[in-house]
Amino acid sequence: MMVEMFWTTVAALLTLAIFSFLYEDNPFYKIAEHIYVGSSAAFMFIYVLYFDLWPKLWTPFFSKLFHGNLSGITSSQWWLIIPTILSVMMLTRLLGHVAPQAMWISRWPIAFTVGVGSGLGITGTLQGILVPQINATFLPLWTSSILHTFNNWIIVFGTLTTLAYFYFSVEHKGVLGGMARAGIVFIMVGFGASFGYTVMARVSLLIGRVYFLVHNWLHLV
Amino acid sequence: MQREVPLFITFITGILLIIAFFVPPVSKLEETFLDWYSIVAGITLILGLDSLIIHHLRKIQWKKEGWVHSLALILSLNLTLLWGFWSWWKSGSPFAPSASFLLYFYTYVFIPLQATMFALLAFFIASAAFRAFRARSLEATLLLISATIVMLGRTPIGHKIHPFIPVLSDWVMNFPQLAAKRGIFLGIALGGIAFSLRVILGMERSYLR
Amino acid sequence: MNTFWIRVQQMDRRILYIVLALGVLVPILARWKMDIHPSPEVKKAYDFIEAQPEGSTFLISIDYDAASMPEVQPMLHAILRHIFRKNDRVLMIAHWPLGVPLGQLALEEEARRAGKVYGKDYAFLGFRPGLAAVIVNMGKDFRSAFSEDYKGTPLDSLPVARGIRNYDQIAAVIGLEAGSVGDAWVQYAQARYGVHVILGSTAVVAPDYYPYLQANQIVALIGGLKGAADYERLVGYVGTASTGMTTQSVVHLLLIGFILLGNLAYALGRRQS
Repeated sequence: MMVEMFWTTVAALLTLAIFSFLYEDNPFYKIAEHIYVGSSAAFMFIYVLYFDLWPKLWTPFFSKLFHGNLSGITSSQWWLIIPTILSVMMLTRLLGHVAPQAMWISRWPIAFTVGVGSGLGITGTLQGILVPQINATFLPLWTSSILHTFNNWIIVFGTLTTLAYFYFSVEHKGVLGGMARAGIVFIMVGFGASFGYTVMARVSLLIGRVYFLVHNWLHLV
Repeated sequence: MQREVPLFITFITGILLIIAFFVPPVSKLEETFLDWYSIVAGITLILGLDSLIIHHLRKIQWKKEGWVHSLALILSLNLTLLWGFWSWWKSGSPFAPSASFLLYFYTYVFIPLQATMFALLAFFIASAAFRAFRARSLEATLLLISATIVMLGRTPIGHKIHPFIPVLSDWVMNFPQLAAKRGIFLGIALGGIAFSLRVILGMERSYLR
Repeated sequence: MNTFWIRVQQMDRRILYIVLALGVLVPILARWKMDIHPSPEVKKAYDFIEAQPEGSTFLISIDYDAASMPEVQPMLHAILRHIFRKNDRVLMIAHWPLGVPLGQLALEEEARRAGKVYGKDYAFLGFRPGLAAVIVNMGKDFRSAFSEDYKGTPLDSLPVARGIRNYDQIAAVIGLEAGSVGDAWVQYAQARYGVHVILGSTAVVAPDYYPYLQANQIVALIGGLKGAADYERLVGYVGTASTGMTTQSVVHLLLIGFILLGNLAYALGRRQS
């Protein structure tokens, strides 16, 4: 109980230290901010070790190698040498401060990740966005219900005019110009909705912190 | 050699992943490549750690302005690492429900810092609402009207004012808002595909810098 | 007096901050309550989970961190309560490393409340880097992405995960999102393997998911604190999201007031100057 009270107070003081920035920039905020950055960086390091290198390289391959259990390594596990080499090559970026001339070595693994990202991206975007999203825009523009018809028009017309607005290869004149102007209306309604939602999100975060202070720490509610 | 090999690697991996999508026998190779990708991608998460540490160590060494803050950063970094490893050794995992790393450090130090950092944005958005959102033009007015409808409709107060407000906000979200987002999505998707193709074909080389 | 509206325009931002802080504090301290009317998008999520046969397995993905915890964490609690109440099973993974413990904490808490057993009813597999690569590989062979749980126990030793080979054995992926991982779930899991996807997200990204909802690429969408409150209401309890909804209402009114006052001061101030 005491332990929990102590830690809740630590959490509350850190919360207040960050909030103190609202009055003006001050040492308490600065310290809290730097603690946050430092611990985030350390966190990342632990994650990479614990969830990446440990289960994907150490357990299936290197632990067996170090214990001399070569027969326990399957043929597919031997291939793990390649990502190991790529990972080590990637780490040459860390040498940027002492040996910048060695940085080119990291281009190989970067090229690999970029290649995988691009290849996956093309098929993913085609199959996951372009085809289904275009498909879902093929809506009947004449139905038995006026509201339904109107809403379908909004989706079809709104999508086309928004696309027209972002089509910069041809000057926005004539029909394209008119469509682009209609597109702005949809874009503004869309941005307004996004803004409303963003307000909602930020306010929710503030509520969460204030609730923590008055409920978990001060027990006022 | 320093440029040709990377370009070749990108080309081969990119093309292979596209082929694997259509040709099932290549699928196993795709699985292997994705597994390797997962391993290498993890490593990229810790890149930049060195410059962070060196930057702050130098500040401490030369007692530059704000060196005490840098000291806090370095101390917290080391403490987090030590605590994490200690929990790993003691509880078998730093993320075990009984690990003090998870129970105390994450819950009472990390969460308040990160969550409050982002809660500050509520105040900045309030200030922006007062200072920046002016209905100067038709477009800006539309934006404000749409935002107001959504802000009211997405809270219980909207229903209390009039049951039609949530219905209207649902309509804004499901039709005009959706249409705009879809248009933007399709634009981004087309651009993304073109960019990926340029990368695979070696026409886009900015990543080699 | 002539310069009143100009002075209003130049008001110290800290006055606004104090008003906002009071707008948050007063409703919480006064414990004001308001009725919550669940929105159709959230009802779809509830109905879908409810309609799955008992013993179904759901894959929950933690794709957020403490920065969006007040919004998404209550969603996770409500969904877990619902799933456990139905005697369904949960496999949990994460794509956002810094959020991994949030998933773990909620899972343990709700499992304890429902009397569920680790390994039999639920398991936590942890985080793997690679996002789309991980999602695609889970559809090919679940074990090529996750061969063990977060403690290193092989999946085949856990009854809850033993039968899981790919997405075919998963009733739905429930992605809890604060960024672009939701898009990856749709593009790589739903489009490629046809698995049902339910997205719960922060309010910031929720509007981006509406095109997926209309295209039936996702089953349902739980957006922001309101979505979380809706789900709590459907499951039948008052959690932190429901409690926060009154405050949310008051602050939204306040912010609309700020916008109106800002515009009024701008218009009248211009006339004065």
